[in-house]
Amino acid sequence: MAANREITPSTLSVKDLYWQIDWSKEKCTLCGRCTSVCPVNAIELGVFRKRDIKVGLSKGFVPSNNYETFYGIRQRTAPAYACIGCGMCNMVCPNNAIISMRNDEGDKQRFHIDQGGQPPRRGGRRNDSGSLLDQIKFVRISMLTDPALDAGRHEFQVNTLLGRVLPPEENMKMLREEGWTPPVREIYPLVIGGMSFGALSPPMWEGLQMGVAYLNEQLGMPVRMCTGEGGCPPRLLRSRFIKYVILQIASGYFGWDEIIHAIPEMKEDPCAIEIKYGQGAKPGDGGLLMWNKVTKLISAIRGVPRGVNLPSPPTHQTQYSIEESVAKMIQSMSMAWGFRVPVYPKISASSTSLAVLNNLTRNRYAAGLAIDGEDGGTGAAYNVSMDHMGHPIASNIRDCYNNLLTIGKENEIPLFAGGGIGKNGNLAANAAALIMLGASGVQTGKYVMQAAAGCVGSETQRCNICNIGQCPKGITSQDPRIFRRLDAEKVAERLVDMYLRFDTELKKIMAPLGRSTSLPIGMSDALAISDFNAAERLKIRYVV
Amino acid sequence: MCRLFAVTSKTPLSPMLALEALDVMREGHDGSGVGLFLKDLGGPFEDFKGAPIMSGIFSEGGLKKLDALMMDKGFMTKHKVTFKLDKNPPEGTPKRDIYLIRAYEYPESWDGLSDEERGKRLRDIRLEIRKMGEEKGDMIVFSFWPDVAMIKEIGDPLTVGRYLKLAREELSARIIMAQGRQNTNYAINLYACHPFFLEGFATMTNGENTAFVPIMEYLKTRGNPGYMGFQSDSEVFVQILHYMYKKLGLGIEAYKHIITPLEGDVLENHPDKTLLKNLKQTCRRLIIDGPNCVIGCLPNNSMFMVQDRKKLRPGVVGGKPGIYAFSSEICGLDAVVPDRDKTKDFQPMHLDTVIIDPDRQEVKVWRQTEKLPLQP
Repeated sequence: MAANREITPSTLSVKDLYWQIDWSKEKCTLCGRCTSVCPVNAIELGVFRKRDIKVGLSKGFVPSNNYETFYGIRQRTAPAYACIGCGMCNMVCPNNAIISMRNDEGDKQRFHIDQGGQPPRRGGRRNDSGSLLDQIKFVRISMLTDPALDAGRHEFQVNTLLGRVLPPEENMKMLREEGWTPPVREIYPLVIGGMSFGALSPPMWEGLQMGVAYLNEQLGMPVRMCTGEGGCPPRLLRSRFIKYVILQIASGYFGWDEIIHAIPEMKEDPCAIEIKYGQGAKPGDGGLLMWNKVTKLISAIRGVPRGVNLPSPPTHQTQYSIEESVAKMIQSMSMAWGFRVPVYPKISASSTSLAVLNNLTRNRYAAGLAIDGEDGGTGAAYNVSMDHMGHPIASNIRDCYNNLLTIGKENEIPLFAGGGIGKNGNLAANAAALIMLGASGVQTGKYVMQAAAGCVGSETQRCNICNIGQCPKGITSQDPRIFRRLDAEKVAERLVDMYLRFDTELKKIMAPLGRSTSLPIGMSDALAISDFNAAERLKIRYVV
Repeated sequence: MCRLFAVTSKTPLSPMLALEALDVMREGHDGSGVGLFLKDLGGPFEDFKGAPIMSGIFSEGGLKKLDALMMDKGFMTKHKVTFKLDKNPPEGTPKRDIYLIRAYEYPESWDGLSDEERGKRLRDIRLEIRKMGEEKGDMIVFSFWPDVAMIKEIGDPLTVGRYLKLAREELSARIIMAQGRQNTNYAINLYACHPFFLEGFATMTNGENTAFVPIMEYLKTRGNPGYMGFQSDSEVFVQILHYMYKKLGLGIEAYKHIITPLEGDVLENHPDKTLLKNLKQTCRRLIIDGPNCVIGCLPNNSMFMVQDRKKLRPGVVGGKPGIYAFSSEICGLDAVVPDRDKTKDFQPMHLDTVIIDPDRQEVKVWRQTEKLPLQP
C-alpha cells in the first residue's frame, strides 16, 4: 500500500505526535474558530474525500460508488506545527467538538524538533510533576498540652523581614550611638517572583500591580512583586506604588537607564533591589526575550531596538568574581538609593550556593539571598537547560539555613526560596514546608500565572510557548490582538483571591502547630516525610 | 500541665510551704517531679551571703570527684546541709547517695575579680561538673551561685519534700520557686525539671513552647556556654532573660517586648517604637509562641510573672506587704497567704509584666504599651 505522502526522516503521523486532536464530525459546525485561535497553527481546514459504496441484495441491483467531499479539521503533523495541547480550540468551540488528547505512548516528535540544527526552546516549566515539597507533612500537631489555635478567629502574625538584620547587641549599640542600621522591610512571606515587563503582557503586568496595590492598601497585606529583568514603566517608577515593587537588575541591565533617570523624581523608595545572578529554570544562562516579543513599548522601556532577540549574558559582564559581585554591586546599588533600600542577590540553586551565602554573610550591605530551585519557571529557555540543569530547592535552602545556624547568622540574612512552589496546586503547604526548613519567605511565579491569569501550562508538557509571543491566554504575549483577551482588572481580582486563599491556608497550617505570634521559620521539628533518605538529608523526622 | 508556685517574703519561709501549695493544686501535676529554687536564704546560710553554694545530686564516687576538683581549684567548704534519708525512698523516687547543698569559700586567687568575672567562672565550673557527670550520671549539678540553693527530684512534690525532710530549720529562704511537674514531651531527666538557673537568673514555666526549636538554635550561637542543655523547651526562657540583661543591657520591662513583641498600630503608636521595632526585628528568633506562663527571679531578688501573647495559661499574683506569692491557681495563694485582700489578686494578661520588688511592698504591673524606663 503506498503512503499518501512522501516519507522523509521527519515525516510524522498523528500517532507520532505528543498531542493529538480528537475532532467530532457530528458536532462540528465548521465555524473555524478553533483554526483561527490555535497559537501554533496545528490545525487547519481539512477537505476530505469519502467514497460511499452502494450495494443491494435485490435481483438486478447494480452496485455503484458515490464520491463525496466533506470538510472538517485536519491536524498538521510537521514538527514545527505540532499541537501544544493548550486546549484553546476546545475553549472556543461552541459545540465542544474538538479537544487535544495525549498520546498513549512516547511520542516521536521530540526527536525532530531540532529542524535546521536549532535546539528546541520553550517557556514554562520543567514538566516534572514529582514534588518533594508535596511529600512533606506537618506532624507536630498541638494536642491538649498546648492547644491548637483557631485559624479563623485568632490573630496571626505571618509577616517576614527582607533586609539585613544586625545582631541584637550591635543593633542596640547603633541605636544608642545613632549610627546607621541597614534598611529592613516587613513584608508578606509570599513574594511574586521576577517576571519582566516584556516576558509578561501589559495587561498581565498591570493586573498584578493593581492586585498588589489592592492587597497592600485595602487589605493591609504587605505583598511585594519583583519586576524581573526588564525595567519598569516610567509612571510606575515615579508613583507611590513603587514601594510595593522589588526592582530587579540582571546581567542585561535592561531598563536600568530608565530607572536611574527616574531616581531623582521618585516619590518613594522601591521595596528592594534584587540582583539576579541566576534563575532556577536555566541556571548559568542569562535571561532571554525573543525578538517577536520586543515591541515598540518594550523596546522603549528597555532602551533597545525593536524586533531583536534580547539574550542577557550568563553573568554580569562588569564583574569577574563573586567578591566583586557581592561587594561592589550590592554596595553601589545601595548607594544609589542612599542606603535606604535593601539590596540582595538572587541565584540559581546549585552546589555552590553556600559559597555565595558565605560571601554575603561577610558583607553588611547584603540584605538577603533568594535561591531559585530547578522547578522555577521562565519565559524562554533551551529545553536542555530547563530539563536537566539545576538543583532542587529543598535541600539547598536547608543547607543554607543550617550553614547560617552554624555561624549564628540565621536571623541576619533572610533566605527566600523559589522554584516549583505550588507546582501541583499546593502553594501554602509547599511554602510553609520551605519556611519551616529555613526560608524567611518564598517567591512564586508560575502559580501566579495559573491562578491569576488562567495560564494553561501544567507539569505535563502542555502549552509552554511563553517564548514565542503566542500565549493563548494573552499572559506572555505582546500582540495586542492576543493580549486583549486578558482583562487586567480580572487579573487583579484573581490575584487578591489567590492571596486570601494562601493566607487562610497558611493560618490553617500554623494554627494546629500552635504558632501565631511569628512566622515559624526553621521550625523543622514540625516537619516529617516518609522517605527515609530525604528525612536524613533534610534533618527532619522520618515517619511511615 | 505543670503547676507553679513562688513566694517572696520579708521573713524566711520553709520550702515545705511551697510544696504544700503545689499539693493543693495536685490535680494539675502528675507527681513526676519537683523542682525547688531557694534564694535570699535564711538560717545558717545568712552568714555566708557572698559564698557560692553548690546544689546537686551526687553518688559517692561523684562526690569524691567533686571534692578533688574543688580542692584543685582552691575552693574550701564553709557550710553544708546534710540530708539523712530513710532507707527506702518513696515510690517513683530513685535512691540517691548524696543530695548536696554546700557553701564554698572562694579561692584566694579570685580576690579582686569583678562580679561579672566571678559569675562567668562559677558558671564554667558548674558546666564542667555537669559535663563530668554526663557519662556515668554520678554528678548532677543544678546551681553554683552565692545565696542560691536548688533541689530537684523525681516523684510527688510533697512526698519528696517529706522524704528529704525539707521542713528542717536550717533550710529556709525569702524567695522560693517551686514547680510540680507534669511530664509531657521529654523523658524524665532532672535537668529538664524547672526552675532553671543561669548566672543569677531563674525562671520556671508551665505550658509548651511551640517555637522551641528556632529559639534554641538561635541561642546556641550567641556565644554563651551557659546557653546549653535544652532538655526542656522551657529552659530558653531563663537564657533569653539573661541575654536581654547581659547582652542588650535592658531591664525586665523589655522582656515581654522580646518574647511577645507588639504588633500593628499599637507598636506604631508606642513612644519607644524605634527601639521596639528594632528589638522585634533583631530578636525575631526569640519570639515565643506559648502557651506559657513564666515566673522568674532576677539577681536583685525582684520577681516577675509574664504570659505569652495568647494568654492560654493560668497565673495569678497576690499577697500583702511583706509577702507576695505567684501561683498557677488561686487555691495555691489561699494555701500560703490566706489573709490577703483577695480583691487585689491580679492575673496578668497578654500585655502585662507583674513585678514584685525586693522590698515586697506592692504588686507592680507593667504594660507593654507604656513607655520604657530610661536605659542605664
